[in-house]
Amino acid sequence: MEKELRLMKGNEAVAEAAIRAGADGYFGYPITPQSEILEYLMQAKPYEKTGMVVLQAESELAAINMVYGGAGCGKKVMTTSSSPGISLKQEGISYIAGAELPCLIVNVVRGGPGLGTIQPAQSDYFQATKGGGHGDYHLIVLAPASVQEMADFVDLGFELAFKYRNPAMILSDGAIGQMMEKVWLSPKKERSKTVPEWATTGKPPTRERNIITSLDLDPNAQEVFNQKLVEKYNEIREKEVRYEEFQCEDAEYLFVAYGTSARVCQKSVRIAREQGIKAGLLRPITLFPFPSKRLNEMADKVKMMLSVEMSAGQMVEDVLLSVNGKVPVYHFGRMGGIVPAPDEVAENLKSKITGG
Amino acid sequence: MAQATGIKEIIKPENLVYKKTKLMTDNVLSYCPGCSHGTAHRIIAEIIDEEGLQSESIGVCPVGCSVFMYNFIDIDWQEAAHGRAPAVATGIKRLMPEKFVFTYQGDGDLAAIGTAETIHSCNRGENILIVFINNGIYGMTGGQMAPTTLPGMKSSTSPYGRDVSIMGNPLKMTDIVAILPGTYYVTRQSVHTPANVRKTKKAIRKAVQYQKLNKGTCFVEIVSTCPSNWKMTPVQSNKWLEENMIPYYPLGDMKTPEDQPA
Repeated sequence: MEKELRLMKGNEAVAEAAIRAGADGYFGYPITPQSEILEYLMQAKPYEKTGMVVLQAESELAAINMVYGGAGCGKKVMTTSSSPGISLKQEGISYIAGAELPCLIVNVVRGGPGLGTIQPAQSDYFQATKGGGHGDYHLIVLAPASVQEMADFVDLGFELAFKYRNPAMILSDGAIGQMMEKVWLSPKKERSKTVPEWATTGKPPTRERNIITSLDLDPNAQEVFNQKLVEKYNEIREKEVRYEEFQCEDAEYLFVAYGTSARVCQKSVRIAREQGIKAGLLRPITLFPFPSKRLNEMADKVKMMLSVEMSAGQMVEDVLLSVNGKVPVYHFGRMGGIVPAPDEVAENLKSKITGG
Repeated sequence: MAQATGIKEIIKPENLVYKKTKLMTDNVLSYCPGCSHGTAHRIIAEIIDEEGLQSESIGVCPVGCSVFMYNFIDIDWQEAAHGRAPAVATGIKRLMPEKFVFTYQGDGDLAAIGTAETIHSCNRGENILIVFINNGIYGMTGGQMAPTTLPGMKSSTSPYGRDVSIMGNPLKMTDIVAILPGTYYVTRQSVHTPANVRKTKKAIRKAVQYQKLNKGTCFVEIVSTCPSNWKMTPVQSNKWLEENMIPYYPLGDMKTPEDQPA
C-alpha cells in the first residue's frame, strides 16, 4: 500500500496516524485545543475496523491510568491532552515511567499557568523535559514543527517507547494542532500480535507471575533501580538525539528554536540574511534527549545564539548548559498565546548584535 | 509425653481438613493478626484456583495495606496509584476482554481519593470485579479517619471521635454503586465468622462467574476489621464489627442479576 496525501489539521493527523500505526488503545478527555483527536477517533470508529479501543474517560487522571493498565498488558496505548490536562496526568506519567511502561502522550500546549489561554504556547518545556511528575525520570520528548511531523511522530514515539520501555511525549502546541497542511499518511500497519515477556496477560504455568509496579521500600533496591533508569536515559542521550539545521554552514548567529517557533525562525533567517546578517537555525527535534553536543560544537563556529520560544525562557537554560559559556546565549519569547512574527524575531537578533 | 503422642496421632494425612491454598505464595503476609485481609486474600486465591483462572487472571492492587498483594497470590498483577485501580482495570479489561480482571481496594483508596474512578467504572459497566475492603480506617498510614469511619469513631485524625458536623458523614459507596445501571451484582459481606466467610466466598465466586457474561461491574464489599488501628484484640474487633459496623453497613445483596431490567 502506498502513502496517502491528505489535507488535515495537526490534531486529526495524530488521530489518523494512531490508527495507521496499529495502536491498540486511546484514552482521552476533552480539552481545547486538542479535542479533535478524540472526536476524529470516535468518528472513525477504529474499534470496528482494526479493533483499536477508543474511550472517553471521566478525567485526565482516569485516562492516564487506563493507559497504565493497557500499557502494562504490553499494548500500544496512548492519550492526548493540553497543558492543564497534562498537569493532571503527571502522577500517572510518573508511575508509568517508574513501572517502565511504553506509551505515547501528546501535549498540544496552550498558554499558562493555571487555566491560562487556549492559544498556542511552548511554556510546558520544563514540565515535559525535566520530569513533570515526582521522582527521577525522563520522557522521550519529540517536538513536531508541521502537521506531517504530528503524524510521523506517532509511529516514531511508539517505536522509541517500546524500544526503551519508557513513555514518549509529542510536545506540540495549539498552532500545529489546529493548522491544516498537506500530510503524507503512512500505509496502515497491522496491530502487533507480539506480547512482551514482561506484560500482564495472565500467568501461564510456564513462567513466573508478572508484576507491574513502581514500588520498592528497600532503599538499596530502589537505588539500584534508579541507577538502571539513569543508564537507560544515558543510552537514549547517546543514540536518539534528532535535530535539523537550516542555513548553518556559514552562520555567524544561530537561532535555536523548536516546533512553531522554528517555523517562524526559518523566515527570520531569510529576513536577517537579506539584511546582511549570516543567521542560521538549529531546530531540536528531540527535546529529551537534547542536542547538547551539536550545540556545543556550533558554539565554536558562531558568535551568538538566540533561543526563540513561546515562553518566558525555558529551553534557553538547556542551550546555556550546552554552550557552557563559549558564546553569549540570549532568549527571545512571546507569551500568553502569541506567536512571534518573523520580522520581530529578526529585529531582536539585530538588537542583540548591536548590543541594544 | 502423652500429649505429644496425641498430637502426632492427629497430624496425619488422612486427618487433613484444611491446607494452604495452592495460589497463595510462601511470602510472609504483611498483615497484623486478626486483620480481615488475610481471609479475603485466601478466598480470592481459592476461587481463582477452583475456577481454573490462574492463567486468565489479572489483579490490580491499591495503595494501602494490600499494596503488596502481588507478593501473596500467584497471578499477574498491576500496582495502581492511590484510588486509580478501577481506571487501571478499565484499561486492562478493554484491551484484554477475555481475561478475568479485578481490583482489590480499601476504603480510603476506593471511597475517598478514588471516588470518581469507582463511580465512573461502575457507571460504564466495566466488566470487572471490584473487591472493597471496608474497615472504616486508614490502615497503612496508621489509623487516620477514612470516608467510612463511623460517627463518633475515634481515629488518629478524629481523636475525639468523628464529629459529623465538622467531618461529614460516612460514605456508603456500595449503596451508591448499586443504583448505577452499569453494575450487575452488588453485595456487602463480612469475614468475621466462619458462616460469613462461606457467604463471602459464595458471593465472590458468583461475581467471578458473572464476569464471563459481560453484563457489567460486580462489586463485593467486605466489612472488615483493623485490630491494630482500632486498638483492640482480634476477638474484640470481631465483636465490635458485629455491634457497630454491621448496623451501619448491613450485610446482604443490594443488587442481583434478578434485579436487572430484562
